[in-house]
Amino acid sequence: MSKIKFSVDGRECFGKPGQTILEAARDNGVYIPSLCRYEGLKPTGSCRICTVRVGGRYMAACTQPLSEGITVENTAPDLEDMRRAMIEMLFVGGNHMCPTCEKSGNCELQALAYRYQMLVPRFPYQFPLRTIDPTGPKLLVDHNRCIKCHRCVAMVKTKDGKSVFGPLYRSKRKKIGADLTLAAGLTDDQAKKAMDHCPVGAILKKEIGFAVPIGRRTYDKAPIGSDVETPRT
Amino acid sequence: MSTKAPLDSLLARHGKDPSGLIEILRDVQAALGSIPPEAVAKIAARLGLSRVDVEGVATFYHFFTARPAGTYAVYLNKNVVAEMKGRAEVARAFEKAAGCRFGETTADGLIGLHETSCIGMNDQEPSALINGVVFTRLTPARVRELVAGMKAGKETGKLVKKTGDGANQSRLVRAMVDNNIRKPGPVILAPFKSGAAVRKAVTWTPEDVVAEIKRSNLLGRGGAGFPTGLKWEFCGREACPPRYVVANADEGEPGTFKDRVILTELPHLLFEGMTIAGYAIGAREGILYLRAEYAYLKPRLEKVLADLRAQKLLGKAIAGKKGFAFDITIKLGAGAYVCGEESALLESAEGKRGAPRPRPPFPVQNGYLGLPTTVNNVETLCAAARILERGAGWFKTLGTPKSAGTKLLSVSGDCRKPGVYEVEFGLTINRLLEMAGGRDAQAVQVGGPSGTCVARGQFERRIGFEDLPTGGSIIVIGPQRDLFDVVRNFMDFFIEESCGWCTACRVGNTLLRQKFEKITSGKGTRQDLKEIEAWGKTIKAMSRCGLGQTSPNPILTTLLNFREKYEARVDATRDYVSTFDLEAAVRDAAAVTGQTLAEARHE
Repeated sequence: MSKIKFSVDGRECFGKPGQTILEAARDNGVYIPSLCRYEGLKPTGSCRICTVRVGGRYMAACTQPLSEGITVENTAPDLEDMRRAMIEMLFVGGNHMCPTCEKSGNCELQALAYRYQMLVPRFPYQFPLRTIDPTGPKLLVDHNRCIKCHRCVAMVKTKDGKSVFGPLYRSKRKKIGADLTLAAGLTDDQAKKAMDHCPVGAILKKEIGFAVPIGRRTYDKAPIGSDVETPRT
Repeated sequence: MSTKAPLDSLLARHGKDPSGLIEILRDVQAALGSIPPEAVAKIAARLGLSRVDVEGVATFYHFFTARPAGTYAVYLNKNVVAEMKGRAEVARAFEKAAGCRFGETTADGLIGLHETSCIGMNDQEPSALINGVVFTRLTPARVRELVAGMKAGKETGKLVKKTGDGANQSRLVRAMVDNNIRKPGPVILAPFKSGAAVRKAVTWTPEDVVAEIKRSNLLGRGGAGFPTGLKWEFCGREACPPRYVVANADEGEPGTFKDRVILTELPHLLFEGMTIAGYAIGAREGILYLRAEYAYLKPRLEKVLADLRAQKLLGKAIAGKKGFAFDITIKLGAGAYVCGEESALLESAEGKRGAPRPRPPFPVQNGYLGLPTTVNNVETLCAAARILERGAGWFKTLGTPKSAGTKLLSVSGDCRKPGVYEVEFGLTINRLLEMAGGRDAQAVQVGGPSGTCVARGQFERRIGFEDLPTGGSIIVIGPQRDLFDVVRNFMDFFIEESCGWCTACRVGNTLLRQKFEKITSGKGTRQDLKEIEAWGKTIKAMSRCGLGQTSPNPILTTLLNFREKYEARVDATRDYVSTFDLEAAVRDAAAVTGQTLAEARHE
């Protein structure tokens, strides 16, 4: 198979045709932070955290196809600061109270905030008024925590391919809604998957909580990106 | 009221293809005055969609409402030029006469008052759409008359007293809109004999047609300036027909209305341009995506299409060319600025939410229904037809070396002669202001809110891709205006029109607006000036589509060109100004406990 040569922050890399920048970088041990992306689902480019700079232009590494000879900037300080700004925007744009969240330690937004050493966001908290909706007999959706990544929209489908979740409204009023009739038909397994696919604690399975204690969860053990990244020396 | 019977018969008139969802929702909204939950459920069942899919589309577009919009649904433009022309008094008159506030519907459900983004009538503001009918140059007295007519149960169309000029008088339009053509030009606003361009085009090979457009250096007239010939070439090269031609008639940039004039006076030229594009790329179908605000033109546009079919300029064997078949259908939007972005437009044309797609793949590869599609601006397609008729050489004699041809400018605001001007590229702002009667302007907004705010000292700058590119919106800002009011209006527009897909645009614009308010209310420091600039640049860099990539421009370009106005609002001697308002913080508590504010503050 033909190889595509490219570089990330000066490091020579090789990728395969049909790969995105993010996928090719990962195969070369380069971690490009991302949040809305989920392996196996079509990338939506909604969180913008995987933004890289190629030839002075900004693009989402999760949707941008790799091309021959490109020079990718991934860790330039100004770029990293803008990514951090996206993480901070997600924090101030919702209501994220990590200490009381079922997803703490498994939450990718929290894990990225740790990676970017976010202490206090530069932006003022918006404290939007959001609801917590019972969504069928198995799920609970806490809109305070939703970051509109669209993972649930793409993943949670009925047998005949209908969407259980979907985007509603536009602008800052945008929210992820659910078809309650279809949500009522979700199996236990589907409900668990829906919760596991949610990068934050917005989709929660009812009647179970804190089964794994905080301190023993995914990102309590190893920081986000460490599965990809060649250890930095 | 039971809505069952009319809903069923209404749905029966439509097919079961989800790409027709917006047409169905438009019909339901028109018939029932809202899109109630039972309609959502029935539509979802009929189209094989989930309810949340239908609700997602119904809540995306401005002209769809979950609650009754009123038997007479009034949509008053909230554009900045409307503000300049007395919108506030008109709005108050509506509220007083109707007896409800904006955002509400009267208790009897008769009149609903709503605000809306630019409706393309900047040359005749304040204006409003009432049940889709355009009312221009509103005054408080006229508003009282209109509301009296509504209370008397008059048909909306009958409330129009006098029609405008030209085809606005046509039986199929009957709109009180004026064309306001102030300066005709050689390319678009010129005499054109229907068929002249397409008859010539079909004597050439499609490749030669593309080559001629490439030779003309025609650049996209929507503002982005992509070479039209190249777009057609890319699209024609894509292997899998069918291919599509889409005319983007969703001019939503506040201040632009030039396509309104083309659609009113020169629809045959536009359709001919689409037909030539179809011939060039090998498409059999074209779609005119018409913004909802211009739905009043649709009956006449349909008639023009029928006439063209009768003249063998559409349909099979066009202009006698065997094997060349092409036809055009019209699809209406439902109120969303972002649908002017070509990939969002395609989503909308497919009956979905108007959220832009990731690019690449570009529409020439993956367009309407995933098929190769060329999306061109209305004015671009008209220019293409004229280039075929008169030749690329002729076209290039007009304009500048890098910006060939002419541009239609929609001029509005503080000038004596607002309207449409066809000018050669390279024209200075000074010369334009002279023509339009706005020489005392303090600033000119070129390219609408997403463009550049040009200061008085820079009026020798030129319209063109090498200096000031524009889709055509020119807003003249007179010396009496507070420039910050303009910026505020533009920012509110972007906040409202964001599709909400990506973080930077959905969250960032509101944060930027708050920072702007902090500075302009006198509570900013020099640090805030640095931060607002940095935040604006971050939003531009991190946004997914052209909306977010330009939404900080009202702030960034005024910060660049009117720095002194911002500097004057910050206290350079202080590093910190508290924004905490104690009075506001204790107001609710004081009201609940029956204390005075002083008592609540423990004074």
